[in-house]
Amino acid sequence: MALTDPTGAATQPSRRRALTRRRARSVAGTVLSLALTLLGLLLVTFVIGRVMPIDPVLKVVGDRATQAQYDAAYIAMGLDQPLIVQFLSYVGDVLRGDFGRSISTGQPVAQDIARVFPATFELAALGTFIGVAIGVPLGVIAAARRGGIIDQIARVVALVGYSMPIFWLGLMGLLVFYGMLGWVGGPGRQGILYDGMVPNVTGMILVDSLLARDWAAFRDAFSHIILPASLLGYYSLAYISRMTRSFMLEQLSAEYITTARVKGLSERAVIWGHAFRNIAIPLVTVIALSFGSLLEGSVLTEIIFSWPGLGSYITRGLLSGDMNAVLGGTVVVGVCFVLLNLFSDILYRFLDPRST
Amino acid sequence: MTFHLTTRALLLASALALSPAAWAETPADTLVVAHTIDDIISLDPAQSFEFAGNDVNNNTYDRLVDFDPLDPDAGFQPSLATAWEVSEDGLSITFTLREDVTFHSGNPLRAADAAWSLQRAVKLDKTPAFILTQFGFTADNVDQMITADGNTLTLTLDQPYAPSFVLNCLTANIASVVDMETVMANEVDGDLGNAWLSTNEAGSGAYVLAAWRPNEQVQLTAYEEYWQGAPEMKRVIVRNVSESSAQRLLLEQGDIDVARNLTPTDVESVAAVEGVSVQDEPRGRILYMGLNQKDELLSNPAVIEAMKHLVDYEGITGSFLKGQFVTHQTFLPLGYLGVLEEQPWTYDIEKARQILTDAGIEGGTITTRVRDLREYIDVAQTLQASMAQVGLTLNIEQMTGAQVLDAYRAREVPIFLGEWGPDYSDPNTNAATFAFNPDNSDEAAAVGLLAWRNAYEVPAEMNEATVAATLEQDADARAALYQDIQRQYQAEAPIVPLFQRIEQVGLRDGVQNWWSGGAISSVMYRQVTKGE
Repeated sequence: MALTDPTGAATQPSRRRALTRRRARSVAGTVLSLALTLLGLLLVTFVIGRVMPIDPVLKVVGDRATQAQYDAAYIAMGLDQPLIVQFLSYVGDVLRGDFGRSISTGQPVAQDIARVFPATFELAALGTFIGVAIGVPLGVIAAARRGGIIDQIARVVALVGYSMPIFWLGLMGLLVFYGMLGWVGGPGRQGILYDGMVPNVTGMILVDSLLARDWAAFRDAFSHIILPASLLGYYSLAYISRMTRSFMLEQLSAEYITTARVKGLSERAVIWGHAFRNIAIPLVTVIALSFGSLLEGSVLTEIIFSWPGLGSYITRGLLSGDMNAVLGGTVVVGVCFVLLNLFSDILYRFLDPRST
Repeated sequence: MTFHLTTRALLLASALALSPAAWAETPADTLVVAHTIDDIISLDPAQSFEFAGNDVNNNTYDRLVDFDPLDPDAGFQPSLATAWEVSEDGLSITFTLREDVTFHSGNPLRAADAAWSLQRAVKLDKTPAFILTQFGFTADNVDQMITADGNTLTLTLDQPYAPSFVLNCLTANIASVVDMETVMANEVDGDLGNAWLSTNEAGSGAYVLAAWRPNEQVQLTAYEEYWQGAPEMKRVIVRNVSESSAQRLLLEQGDIDVARNLTPTDVESVAAVEGVSVQDEPRGRILYMGLNQKDELLSNPAVIEAMKHLVDYEGITGSFLKGQFVTHQTFLPLGYLGVLEEQPWTYDIEKARQILTDAGIEGGTITTRVRDLREYIDVAQTLQASMAQVGLTLNIEQMTGAQVLDAYRAREVPIFLGEWGPDYSDPNTNAATFAFNPDNSDEAAAVGLLAWRNAYEVPAEMNEATVAATLEQDADARAALYQDIQRQYQAEAPIVPLFQRIEQVGLRDGVQNWWSGGAISSVMYRQVTKGE
């Protein structure tokens, strides 16, 4: 108040300027922090790649190469340069939008990622949707009826989800729902009859087939994605439901809930209108982290279901010393996590009245 | 209300999408194959040296001579070359080429294209280049050594090699004929079109490469103008399915026609399913045990001899390698000129113990590295158990394939368990690596030779015999030479061939004339048909 100019006329523009400066500083700070995070991520991944006892040159030249062919490839790949030079050169290329060429596929990494990322994104998004749609209500009800039958079911569901090997569960799912019942499509993203029939717009076949209004292709793609997505959704559900339950229990024991009940509010209003609204913020973080982990952590699911996604792309790259592929994939995952954090921050503002 | 509507809409969509469906079988003119194709690095025939890449090239390109997929035992046959003539001194071979062949681009295939393709492979000097450069071609002389004139092509050799040796090498992928005009139109920085051809094709083969999505799928479409007639399968789709169980389910459901990577368990299951059969086909890969001669214990001839009797050949091929390998104790695969069919070693613990006792060896410990593949680990553990019975301790360190290979090329693996596949269809391909090592010193760095990697000092007469066999003009005499080499090799060599790979392919009923390429080549699709 002390700074308020009684006339008000001169202070408004200066306030605006100050606000603009603050915002600019905030944006600059965010961008700088983002850049440093990504640079750090690249540096760590790069160093890990270089100290790993896997020789990328052998992947390129093969088992039969002579020493001369090996040496020529070693130099062509720039591996004769000091590590710092290699790293700076790589960062320079990335800043120019060049992620290099994958030695596993022989194609530009950017092109590879443009192909594998939509496949993973589509799968992870549907998996997270399933996990949230079932996991959140399950967690809330389990907390509201603590010790009841729903709580016990949620506990078992979560326990199985945490402990069952995804590899086994995936194969069993395929055997039952594809092999025995014929309810879903088999491994792969599409049946061969639909392969290439829908124009590639987003790379996500469900979306592309909807855009093309090709319902048969949509049905086919849905029948292929639903099983792996449900599998990921189940694991996601196990985590989300436990966290939701935990958050809810904390809220339900708070004094304001007792007050709400004393005021005579219905149990439904107490749980969903008061307690649940207060767990929305940590829950958004949990869901965002769960989604992020599905983007790069669903390797086994991708292998079982022949799903050409980012997780298996990075893993394959790592095992063959294909550091361009690994670094490119890592940058994408890193950016995704940053964007998810940003998205969570934005949601906080909507969900938390204090943040305005 | 909105919530309820959305829920209903979702339930309806799910019900529609998940309603039980009879998944259609593959179309009659389309062949769908499930295979592990994540090893493709490049589709340039001058560079491709991986199984899946060669599978693609074998169908998109032609070579001067080739195998008949319906009669592979007949050996190399005329293909783009209708005839060939060897000069009296044996130093040159002149091929007469067909004149009715066109590339997929529509350009006519000329002898000049064939000559340029071979010159290009030599100049690029990628890993498989040795298949051609072993005849004396270098980047500097190849333009003079390989020449075209009208519809003839002449190879001038540095020595009078056995014609069968040269012609067998010309069936290899690297000898594929590429469309010079198309490739050079895509040349960048003097790379002779290597970057472009790594992801495209410019051939004249029975199939055109329609699409390659790495680690996902290869699509081929029939070339209707193919000089041997358009293939019956108008489309071939090879899907990357790395899990055997997934391949099995796809095959049983009729979503694929061919499954190429079935484990013994899945083969057993598939064999019992109606509408599916399993075809066994010997491939060229030899699973062997390399005993590094830098290791003091393993360099003892008694230990080498004893180790040959510590492998439970029948037990292994009757259990965890059942159907996937057969016992095979020589370095030439079945199907190769001069292959020995004798199997001198049996699993005999007592004999091994006696050999060691006679040599005064009471025990010892070896620590080795084994690739983390189920087959190799199982063989290693079986060997470990046998060795323990005679007082030898084997410690096993599991590593990735890349790590083991790295150490192996540095001569640092005491007991190597792994496979070797022939590079071309001539016996020299394996003789020149198992039984040839002219300089065993570290400085020689002959990393491509198995004998060198195991520090095996090959006797001078075996080195000489291996070279002499490449020059023998008479095929029978040549076969006899290889048999002599193998006998001497079996008697003393520390790199012990154990098993030969069998490919068990699951086929839907109706798929006929399937050929994976046998021991000598890669898969071909042009002869495949699908009946009722």
